[in-house]
Amino acid sequence: MSPSGLRNYWALFGKDVRRDKHLYVLLAPYMVLFLLFTVLPVVISIIFSFTHFNMLEMPRWIGWENYSKLLWNDDVFLIGVKNTLIFSVVTGLVSYIACFLFAWLINELNPKLRAFMTLIFFAPSISGNVFFIWQIIFSSDSYGIINGLLMQLGVIYEPIQWLQDPKYMLGIIMLVQLWLSLGTSFLAFIAGLQTVDKTLYEAGAVDGVKNRWQELWFITLPSMRPQLMFGAVIQITASLAVADVAMALAGFPSVQYGAHTIVTHLVDYGTIRFEMGYASAIATVLFVMMLGSNLIVQKLLKRVGE
Amino acid sequence: MKLAIRLNKKVNRSWQVDALLFLALAGFGAFMAIPLIYVINNAFKPLDELFIFPPTLFVRNATLENFANLFQVMKNSWVPFSRYIFNTVFITAAGTAGHILLASAAAYPLAKHKFRGSKVLFTVVVLSLMFSPHVTAIPNYMIMSALGWMDSYQAVIVPAFAYPLGLYLMKQFMEQIPDALLEAAKIDGASEYRIFWQVVMPLVKPAWLTLLILMMQMLWGTDGGSFIYSEQLKTLHYAMGQIIQGGIARAGVGAAVAVIMMTVPIVTFILSQSNVIQTMASSGMKD
Repeated sequence: MSPSGLRNYWALFGKDVRRDKHLYVLLAPYMVLFLLFTVLPVVISIIFSFTHFNMLEMPRWIGWENYSKLLWNDDVFLIGVKNTLIFSVVTGLVSYIACFLFAWLINELNPKLRAFMTLIFFAPSISGNVFFIWQIIFSSDSYGIINGLLMQLGVIYEPIQWLQDPKYMLGIIMLVQLWLSLGTSFLAFIAGLQTVDKTLYEAGAVDGVKNRWQELWFITLPSMRPQLMFGAVIQITASLAVADVAMALAGFPSVQYGAHTIVTHLVDYGTIRFEMGYASAIATVLFVMMLGSNLIVQKLLKRVGE
Repeated sequence: MKLAIRLNKKVNRSWQVDALLFLALAGFGAFMAIPLIYVINNAFKPLDELFIFPPTLFVRNATLENFANLFQVMKNSWVPFSRYIFNTVFITAAGTAGHILLASAAAYPLAKHKFRGSKVLFTVVVLSLMFSPHVTAIPNYMIMSALGWMDSYQAVIVPAFAYPLGLYLMKQFMEQIPDALLEAAKIDGASEYRIFWQVVMPLVKPAWLTLLILMMQMLWGTDGGSFIYSEQLKTLHYAMGQIIQGGIARAGVGAAVAVIMMTVPIVTFILSQSNVIQTMASSGMKD
């Protein structure tokens, strides 16, 4: 751009900003807080991940050292990654499909029953972290409802230590996570289904759609692709960050790291060992994983109905 | 089955598959509901029923003893139980109100105007939907202590104002408002602020009722995280954790707290269900 062109550009820019100043005023309070509590922390985290920082001394630049230690020399982190991936593939995927499937089935019900079933499926995720009930259900003594039931039926004679045994831990946490996970995306799917243009089904029937599965693939799913994308973002993010349930049920750290995840590893280094640089590297790896899997899944979702 | 299924579909559907699908729906419905039913029943069980073997799902002789005990236990604690309730209610109310106000104010220009930077700002908000708060927990801790907000209500309340999901849903919903309506208001001489407050906000009531549910649920369940350490500022969720740590002897009391905890968000959801669904209909991401 020539110098005069550049001057013109800035003059135009200034004029636009002055014209829209009221819009910026409306935007400002939210954006200031958003930058301060969401964007800035991500930037800080990425910068710190290249330093050695223990909260007492000044951060010291060490380049990729945290990452190389994390990826090649930290066996516990690899356990965390493995568990997190199992979680997100099993829980995330199952829950995503379940969210859609239940929304689809509920949509066929009459309005009263639909409202009731929506409530049943949504209630666990909004009921304010009452997942500790599962702690009582899977309690290690014979008062635990599962142990009690199995002993009553004569399947087992001794109570099983469900939440202390690495053999069962991961499965139980997945179950509870699944129970909790029909949340925002489930509602988005229910809503999305109600906006699908009904005449499309009639047109489809004329065009040779034979059964409900074809109807689902060729009409329903493509019509609600925007909601499917939104749901995927919410589900992927939640399933990669699984930690609260794991820590509440299996304890922290869990026996033989049976329920260790990336976020519990982060909590370990960040709030117990105060190795902030290292913890920031863990956070950055998690951040990249979330972003990456979101982009991949969005690409895949574009193919729905083809 | 007849009551459940709309029969006006034109494509073939076999009743066997219908039956199978709805059995699956009922089965999973039970899986979702039973833990909640169990905890509600536990809250009303007298002590001897909590310890019978084998354990029962339903209460036989319902009693309010557990609720009475809860207040008894809490009366003797260092901080009165009412204080935990106050903290939770205050954090939830302030955080939710502030979030709805700020997120709507920011969503209106993004949804209905084109201006310099609008695309970039919205893209950043959408991207930030893609990572969880865990990623930013540590820097947030440092920012809080730099601001001198450690161990205060605002450490929990103010970040909630700028949660990305609210802005996103609000913006998507506001896009459906017809431009003609806003132009008419402008011709009548209304300022942008007035258009936002008197035209847009009343029209997007379903959307802010949805934010109300989502934010309330999030804040109601908060334990104050790592920001709050004095006992006087702790929340109900934290108190519940302490009671449950008490073990089996307090199983009934723990269930009573849980019932109190879950009642509020569930009742709010029942009251605003249709609005929530309406808002979610516009939640989609376009490709």
